[in-house]
Amino acid sequence: MFNPNPRQLAGIKAILFAACLLPLLRLGWGAWNDELGANPIEFVTRSLGTWTLNFLLVTLTVTPLRKASGWLWLTRIRRMLGLFAFFYVVLHLSSYLWLDQFFDWTAIGKDILKRPFITVGMAAFMLLVPLAATSNNAMIRRLGGRRWQALHRSIYVIGIFAVTHYWWLVKKDVALPGVYAATLGVLLALRVLWRYQEKQKLRAGAVQRNAPGTVIPITSKR
Amino acid sequence: MLINRPSDIVPSEITPQDFYARRREFIKAVGGLALATALPQSALAGDPLRVTVKSPYSTSETPTPLKNVIAYNNFYEFGTDKEDPARNAHTLKTRPWTVSIEGLVKRPKTLAIDDILRLAPLEERIYRMRCVEGWSMVIPWVGFPLATLLKQVEPLGNAKYVELTSAADPATMPGIRRDVLDWPYTEGLRLDEAMHPLTLMAVGLYGEVLPNQNGAPLRLVVPWKYGFKGAKSLVRIRLVEQEPKTAWVRAAPREYGFYSNVNPEVDHPRWSQGSERRIGEFLKRKTMMFNGYGDQVGQLYAGMDLKKFY
Repeated sequence: MFNPNPRQLAGIKAILFAACLLPLLRLGWGAWNDELGANPIEFVTRSLGTWTLNFLLVTLTVTPLRKASGWLWLTRIRRMLGLFAFFYVVLHLSSYLWLDQFFDWTAIGKDILKRPFITVGMAAFMLLVPLAATSNNAMIRRLGGRRWQALHRSIYVIGIFAVTHYWWLVKKDVALPGVYAATLGVLLALRVLWRYQEKQKLRAGAVQRNAPGTVIPITSKR
Repeated sequence: MLINRPSDIVPSEITPQDFYARRREFIKAVGGLALATALPQSALAGDPLRVTVKSPYSTSETPTPLKNVIAYNNFYEFGTDKEDPARNAHTLKTRPWTVSIEGLVKRPKTLAIDDILRLAPLEERIYRMRCVEGWSMVIPWVGFPLATLLKQVEPLGNAKYVELTSAADPATMPGIRRDVLDWPYTEGLRLDEAMHPLTLMAVGLYGEVLPNQNGAPLRLVVPWKYGFKGAKSLVRIRLVEQEPKTAWVRAAPREYGFYSNVNPEVDHPRWSQGSERRIGEFLKRKTMMFNGYGDQVGQLYAGMDLKKFY
């Protein structure tokens, strides 16, 4: 089984980091060459939103992938992926506040209160802030693994809010939001299934404290 | 993102403004009105049209560049992305093409598109277009008033509304194969709206035959209403007594009404209609009541609660 040594893991992380920046580079390139279409502001805002969703879903795929492959090291790239979701949502929100609304706070305030898709999107962002703020080893130690994990389970709600945000934004053709909803549905259903299996095991008396559903936060030094 | 970048066209390549502005005089001098209505107009997208009438209804605002007008379209028959129509609409066959005008009329007719092009002198009308999604353009349409067409068939006294139906051919329109909307696309106007001189049957833009993605060969343009009222690639115009159920009203009655007049006071339930982004501009601008055509059309809605009849 592939189990990278610290140097290999650092290499994997470096490559992944560069890859995660590609969507942004593509936008920068497109803006520079005027290739973002007739409505570049809409294009930039939507693209950043789409990539936020992509990173959220990829982050939620890490654990299922780890379980399927047995590659325990995958958990050690999860933080980076989650933080990239946050990175892109910050850009997405900035694009809305700056490029789209140009800091028209009255219009923005009305949007947040009156438009369900913006309300739910803003809620998703607010919920993501504490997760980003606690994505370091010091915070995990301060909170303790259990509380940290409980806090970070809000990613499931954030995922639902984020997909709803996309679904409600679309005028009529919900095919693509549907794909995101289905993917998220599968990822969340897996969590429900694991939980159920764990309970069954407990009931059967095969009590194991560190059952496979329990993720132990990685606190090792780099 | 760098917004201000040098244009990739050198100034010397652009047709001088005054020459462009005088093009109609040139056309008139060469062709003249008689010739324009006697000879067949060209058929293919991009071919020049003989435009003989300069309209007082035109705005003096700067038209949106042609490249944006033909690349950013809502024409769900060719896909729901804005870029889809430009990519897919080449399959549309605009010849032969007939439009039947029927219903509560004295003389129902089925007209070939080439005969429609000879019905009236073609006018250029530079109109603002406000999309329900919150963006807008200024488009130099070429066409003639819908009233001209309707007078041909002599509407009966009990005709109250006009229903317009777009083509729905699954062989040439890939979007039809998905039931995003209830095909064929239909739109409607009250008869007085349809007879209003601003209401246009467009057959071209920027002096040329309408590109397929913009609704060739014949489409409706109603500048004081949201863009989706302008049904594209029309095959049937029917005069009726009851208010027609339009495609968007059928799809989402809570979000789209029959009238769909541009109105900054009445928000779409999911987004604001108070402002709009003019394509090519950075800052949003305020949306105007009736898209700025209130002086011409306001009296059509005298006494109506426009919040109720949205």
